[in-house]
Amino acid sequence: MDWGYWLPVIFAGLMALSLLLYVVLDGYDLGIGLLLPLVSDEDKDRMIASIGPFWDANETWLVLGIGLLLVAFPAANAMLMASMYLPVALMLGGLILRGVSFDFRVKAKDPHKPWWNLGFTIGSLIAALSQGYMLGRYLSGFAETSAAYGFAVMTAIGLAAAYILLGSAWLILKTEGYLQQQATRWMQIALWPMGFGIFLISVVTPWMIPSIAQKWFQLPNFLLLLPLPLVSICLYFALFKILPALRKQQSIGHDRWCWLPFSAAVSLIVLAFWGLAYSVFPEIVMGKMTIWQAASDTAALKVIFYGAIVVLPVILLYTAFSYRIFRGKIGDLRYD
Amino acid sequence: MIDPLILSRIQFAANISFHILFPTISIALGWYLCFFAWRAYRTKQSVWSSLYLFWVKIFALTFALGVVSGITMSFQFGTNWPGYMQVAGNVAGPLLAYEILTAFFLEATFLGVMLFGRQRVSPRMHLIASFLVAFGTSVSAFWILSLNSWMQTPAGVVLVDGKVQVQDWFAVIFNPSMPYRLSHMLVASGLTASFLIAGISAWKLRRFQNSEVAKTGFRTAVKVAAVLIPLQIFIGDMHGLNTREHQPAKLAAIEAVWHTEKGAALTLFGLPNEETKQTDYAVTVPKLASLILTHDINGEIRGLNEFSDHPPVAKVFWSFRVMVGMGLLMLLVAWGGAWYLLKQQTIPQPVLRIFSWMTFSGWFATLAGWFVTEIGRQPWLVTGILRTADAVTKVGSHMVLSSLVMYLVLYVVLLSAYVSVVFHLAGKAGKQEV
Repeated sequence: MDWGYWLPVIFAGLMALSLLLYVVLDGYDLGIGLLLPLVSDEDKDRMIASIGPFWDANETWLVLGIGLLLVAFPAANAMLMASMYLPVALMLGGLILRGVSFDFRVKAKDPHKPWWNLGFTIGSLIAALSQGYMLGRYLSGFAETSAAYGFAVMTAIGLAAAYILLGSAWLILKTEGYLQQQATRWMQIALWPMGFGIFLISVVTPWMIPSIAQKWFQLPNFLLLLPLPLVSICLYFALFKILPALRKQQSIGHDRWCWLPFSAAVSLIVLAFWGLAYSVFPEIVMGKMTIWQAASDTAALKVIFYGAIVVLPVILLYTAFSYRIFRGKIGDLRYD
Repeated sequence: MIDPLILSRIQFAANISFHILFPTISIALGWYLCFFAWRAYRTKQSVWSSLYLFWVKIFALTFALGVVSGITMSFQFGTNWPGYMQVAGNVAGPLLAYEILTAFFLEATFLGVMLFGRQRVSPRMHLIASFLVAFGTSVSAFWILSLNSWMQTPAGVVLVDGKVQVQDWFAVIFNPSMPYRLSHMLVASGLTASFLIAGISAWKLRRFQNSEVAKTGFRTAVKVAAVLIPLQIFIGDMHGLNTREHQPAKLAAIEAVWHTEKGAALTLFGLPNEETKQTDYAVTVPKLASLILTHDINGEIRGLNEFSDHPPVAKVFWSFRVMVGMGLLMLLVAWGGAWYLLKQQTIPQPVLRIFSWMTFSGWFATLAGWFVTEIGRQPWLVTGILRTADAVTKVGSHMVLSSLVMYLVLYVVLLSAYVSVVFHLAGKAGKQEV
């Protein structure tokens, strides 16, 4: 096996997997932060209780994703971080604010609670928007045109909408009653901006970047890739049909399909992510650097690789274990 | 405009100083919680489970602050110190990756079970979850202190084309200063958590005299502190000997020894002056520096004159004195408290008051200690291999300045919120306990 060729590919795959897991997992709890102002105080507690046991581990996937970028592709990391210095700093500020607000809100004096609720929402909003903005900047190869900046603003809104979609789907899965019905409505609304965002990225990136167009619109690749947008479109329309039907079912106490919206939302994200990864690979900084040019020395990658193949399955195992412990609807989640 | 190197250094110092406050508490507090949970499990006494339930709240808060400030750290390498990974990536990369893989997920996942799973898992599984969280925090400390120590005293590598290549991983991980630095930090964490528990318990006892929970917490923490503090002084001494051998310039700055001499005097206080190369208004004790540092009254100490590169003297000199002064104060208070516990039934109010003043004393000692070791490494980022100035980012200083301002504002707000919430929770719990 040619380690020098395969290790960067493997690490690009691991990094993509971590970032995908991050977007899905932290996505739903960021989404909940965005939705928080819409509900009563009691429902706020329930919403936050539904993410309590998970958010910390969810954020760790970002640490792993960025950690892998840092240790496996240091040259790309340096270039990307320098190009996105301010949005990165803003995102970190947002993540700090929301992570601690989440904990402070239940422990601080009662009059301070609304402030920490607000901090949780604002932090989530800043984090979601700056992540989406960075995605747009990244895809455009940091082009300095106003169209490219406008594109980044649109992806920022698109990603925030995707997080709202995930967050409301999570609530449909984890809650009951009025809150659940509300969440079903929110999800329906979020479908629009998110769909627009995915559409925009799918149309604009091949148009802006010829290499992406070439990858997609070449036979036989085009035929092999065709299921990707087709399945996404089907999922989309299915959700538009299913969500109102679900609400009717919920109102008469039927809740057998509560897992469906979340699965559909995750599938949409996975498909979109796969499309993006296909467009970008094997580059790591668009138009500037491939994964092989950016990779660390093979010796260092090997050391990490051995550790990762032993430890990652264990991590996935106990993550699944934790989700199993906290499966089902949330009660009043408390420390005691 | 201000030099981006200075700004990046201030920003990194601010981030890492803020960050270290929380792991310093949570490493040892995790083990305390394990102990409380185990006592509750074995004795079935409600006082232990109340103790657990109170401190687990503080732990959750501390842990959250540690996590979010730690995420910032993992980005800082890329945003502000790109040269670090370019030169030392072959060492730093794997060590950081192992920290994330073996520690971060473990602690974060089982923290969820520990905090919210009491109704959903068996008491035994809950105890195991508490253990895994404490274990994870210590594993994390192991990797990061190994990397930090390697930056202080690099070993097991060769330089090829300006880049570090690993020859011997065992030598890298267990580099010369690593055992000392790791044990010094773990015991520092033990002391910080002990003084926190003792301080908050004392604060509660002054308001709610009959709180059994506060009494038990106080007794446990004071005993642990009384045992750990002499151990820490011993480890610190060993660490000093190690520094003398491997980082003599740092040691010379710590003691403000300007010229190599035998039977050197110990400067207790004074104002090191780098321009005149002497310490103004020095208060000295003859021969004592040699005795402490070489364990020989006429031992030789190498002075700053021997090193073309040495750290800024006054900062290191003063940080060291703050650390040692705080350590001696902790010794006095911990032993005083232990004496009252052994000899008398009740703890007098003034003693309780001293303990509550000392609630966050561990933070000051730990921060001062890290200032000694990190400023003491300058002008190097990796001793002898990479200079700090060569690793810094090329982004403009206005950008670094704006991110720095944002971080500082956040940190001030969060730190004051943390301290006030800890006391607020203590007051609330105290009311319920009596």
